[in-house]
Amino acid sequence: MEKKLLDSLTAIVGKENVLTTQEDLYSYSYDATPGHAHMPDVVVMPANAEETGKILALANENRIPVYTRGSGTNLSAGCVPTKGGIVLLMTRLNKIIEIDLENLVAVAEPGVIVADLNKAVAAHGLIYPPDPGTVNTATLGGTIAENAGGLRGLKYGVSKHYVMGLDIVLASGDTMTTGGKNVKDVSGYDMTKLFTGAEGTLGVITKATVKLVPAPEAKKSMMAIFKDLDNAGKAVSGIIAAKIIPATLEIMDNATIRTVEDYAHVGLPLDAEAVLLIEVDGNPTVVEKEAAKVMEVLTANHADSVQIAKDDNERDKLWAARRAALPALAKLRPTTYVEDATVPRNQVPAFLRAVSQLAVKHQVTIGTFGHAGDGNMHPTIVCDIRDSKEMERVQKAMDEMFRTAIELGGTLSGEHGIGLGKLPWMQAQHGPVAMNAMKSIKRALDPNLILNPGKLIGEC
Amino acid sequence: MTEKITAQDIRSQDQALLKDIEDALANCMKCGNCMEVCPLYKEIGRENAVARGKLSLMEGVLKGVIPLSANFDTAMAKCVSCKACAAKCPCGVPADDLILRGRQAIVKARGLHPIKQKVFALLKNRPLFDFSLRMAGLFGPLSFKKLPGKMAAIARFPMPGMDKRRITAPFASTPLRSQHPETIKVDKPRLKVLFFTGCTINYIYTDIGNSVLNVLKANNIEVTLPSLQHCCGTPVYMSGDIDSARVLAKHNIDIFSETPCDYVVAACGSCAEAFKIEYPHLFADDALMTEKAKKLAAKTYEISEFLVDIAKFDRSKLGKVAATVTMHDPCHMARGIKVTKQPREILQAIPGVTFAEMKEPARCCGAGGSFSLANYELSRKINDRKVADIASTKADIVATSCGSCRMHITDGLIQNGMTQDSLHVIQLLDQSYQAGAK
Ligand SMILES: Cc1cc2nc3c(=O)[nH]c(=O)nc-3n(C[C@H](O)[C@H](O)[C@H](O)COP(=O)(O)OP(=O)(O)OC[C@H]3O[C@@H](n4cnc5c(N)ncnc54)[C@H](O)[C@@H]3O)c2cc1C
Ligand code: SF4
Ligand code: SF4
Ligand code: SF4
Repeated sequence: MEKKLLDSLTAIVGKENVLTTQEDLYSYSYDATPGHAHMPDVVVMPANAEETGKILALANENRIPVYTRGSGTNLSAGCVPTKGGIVLLMTRLNKIIEIDLENLVAVAEPGVIVADLNKAVAAHGLIYPPDPGTVNTATLGGTIAENAGGLRGLKYGVSKHYVMGLDIVLASGDTMTTGGKNVKDVSGYDMTKLFTGAEGTLGVITKATVKLVPAPEAKKSMMAIFKDLDNAGKAVSGIIAAKIIPATLEIMDNATIRTVEDYAHVGLPLDAEAVLLIEVDGNPTVVEKEAAKVMEVLTANHADSVQIAKDDNERDKLWAARRAALPALAKLRPTTYVEDATVPRNQVPAFLRAVSQLAVKHQVTIGTFGHAGDGNMHPTIVCDIRDSKEMERVQKAMDEMFRTAIELGGTLSGEHGIGLGKLPWMQAQHGPVAMNAMKSIKRALDPNLILNPGKLIGEC
Repeated sequence: MTEKITAQDIRSQDQALLKDIEDALANCMKCGNCMEVCPLYKEIGRENAVARGKLSLMEGVLKGVIPLSANFDTAMAKCVSCKACAAKCPCGVPADDLILRGRQAIVKARGLHPIKQKVFALLKNRPLFDFSLRMAGLFGPLSFKKLPGKMAAIARFPMPGMDKRRITAPFASTPLRSQHPETIKVDKPRLKVLFFTGCTINYIYTDIGNSVLNVLKANNIEVTLPSLQHCCGTPVYMSGDIDSARVLAKHNIDIFSETPCDYVVAACGSCAEAFKIEYPHLFADDALMTEKAKKLAAKTYEISEFLVDIAKFDRSKLGKVAATVTMHDPCHMARGIKVTKQPREILQAIPGVTFAEMKEPARCCGAGGSFSLANYELSRKINDRKVADIASTKADIVATSCGSCRMHITDGLIQNGMTQDSLHVIQLLDQSYQAGAK
């Protein structure tokens, strides 16, 4: 990068917040997505919205690409600076500005770690529900930009259901505010939702107002083992049909069960086709009633065994299997793709079956676990990216997997976002007209295409 | 340190080393989970401070994209080897070990830092090492200004590589092993053990060593302090100088294997870890030494572990020690040899002790062996968090199981104007036996 530009950046944020050594640049060339790495020209760490605005104005004037970054834990190559330019690191903006107990909202900067926000509000008996597997490391800004969800998505939804207002720096460097603390707010286009899940392609979030909800007073966990996948599927529909919305309703397929058992020895039968893990939460009496009802549904659908946790200790034991799913799979091979193709929940068994068939067909290892209640599946492909033959098979399997999800009426992503990873199938899901509409929005807000160019909707 | 050495250069020097690293590095899925627990990332906030960043830099070097530069060296140095990342990692990546391999690569490619070179040359020469540290003890009153009340002094003459403001303990005027006969006899001993003192206990914290001896005596156990024992080698190993580490390890393995005993005990998590875990791994190319190291490892115990699990220490003779005690678990105890229950069992067995658990007892205190020598400011920041945790327990004593942690925590307490005392678990047990004998 030209010295003049570097000097201008240094003037904005100070010398120690501009990183240029090869080693530093290399350290920001990747995120948690395998197979996409590219060096930026510079890493800049602003302290506040004002500095962020100045950096963007400078970048816009000089047509320099800007890649906003939180903790870099995303699984869709969202942070990778594919065209060089600036990595804009937001982690210094890490203050919780306000916890407003009368309006049940929190106002915080984007660099706050989500778990830290939760710790702060827990003291008041509240939670901020989005809880991705990376809740202890991911930033608020990153989770909002990815529209992240988590284990309790079935009952509580994803990030967009909690974001009430945002401060945004546009590509021009100008600042705007969307939404606010109003519970009802139908004034104008829903700009808050537009920027939520925009994956850093439309603007940079510098402040967020988020909704808090009362922490559930009680929880009850159950685990059911099924020899037959279809019975598990029927049990899932049965629970919902009984008008119970568990906080969590997780499924693991046979490949995952075998891997988990091999690694964590939690006592799962190797021939089971599915394990369901269910947690209901809320008011203690309601929780008892719902748990009993769920047990009924499980038995009625021929669960081969059902366990219910009597206390926290037993709850932990039941959860151990689910917690081990990703680690156990990830340990099998060097490279791990955690995908999140999502289907309507009545199609979960069909999708699981299809995935295990195409794993056999293409000779790749795929274990699928995920959120059965909301249809959000995490087919996890483990392989070795250094083996090009294997990678060709992986690509074929992935292609078929996403096309299957779309054919089943599903979507490419339930919570991880599109980035670069799932770009190839966007047209297949949305069609040319919708793609064009999205590109028009991008061009209107970022005419020089400097913000995360080439991601989410591709080149414009 | 500016000239660049490329991957090609090291490749020609040590193929095997690189091949190992390449496979292990590939297992990091870059999920970033290690960010949550890395004490250095918490302070520095930059990718190359966390395990993920350091591992990827090593990948970069192996791919030939970035050079083995001074910056790479600095990044590898930013690690206290607390093992928190490895314990957290879903893929089982032993990041702490791999970072040591990164340091080894640096050592191979560009030689050791000149100050370290001198220190390690001294370390390898046992008689000279012993002589120098005894001299430090004799002239201790000259080079250290005593602070009132505590086992603490402030360095008046700068030590090589040591920060002037740092509060350390003075060197003992007589090392532990010179205060006692090589074997301390008891009537009809029920067990015979060898005590590996480690340097910190032999040359500085002789009070810990004496407590260990008292406690073993109170339990009717005969102790031998092999006079030819030498530093365990952990500090050199951590700096990437694996060849020197091997020399020290071989020396200790030979000495401790040749002296008959039932068990070997150490009163420091790192020393115990060296004997129990590192030694058997150091001699991959030497079956005979590996065998010998494994045998020794099998009978080595950390002192609390030994007293609780093996010796079943005598609880009938314990007297009252009125104190509120909290416990810091050294990294190499908690995540290295995984001993955390036994020290607590000892503390809770002492009549009069109120035990108050702190928030994150196993969070690194920031000492990290020679890390705190070279990065005092950073290690102080990590330490400040520990000190705040200690303060919130309202305890009057912090117990720990490692001399370096004791020294570092004492420093942190004093720098923060606090009055708590920091002691080894065994010192409290010793006090209790003494109170019981009255
Ligand atoms: C092991 C593992 C498990 C995971 N589990 C889940 C899960 O259960 N559910 C889930 O939803 N996700 C999950 N993820 C994905 C990931 O953790 C989430 O996408 C998370 O939201 C990313 O947060 P981050 O701070 O790391 O953001 P980053 O990865 O740094 O950035 C993500 C995207 O947000 C943009 N961005 C970051 N900050 C800003 C900002 N201030 N303004 C505008 N754009 C910004 C970036 O440009 C990028 O496109 C998982 C990831 C891993 C590795
Ligand atoms: S070292 Fe482990 S925890 Fe850290 S990024 Fe790599 S895989 Fe994740
Ligand atoms: S060993 Fe400790 S300091 Fe070193 S990288 Fe791991 S967590 Fe960080
Ligand atoms: S770990 Fe420390 S105290 Fe133990 S022997 Fe080695 S240097 Fe000496």
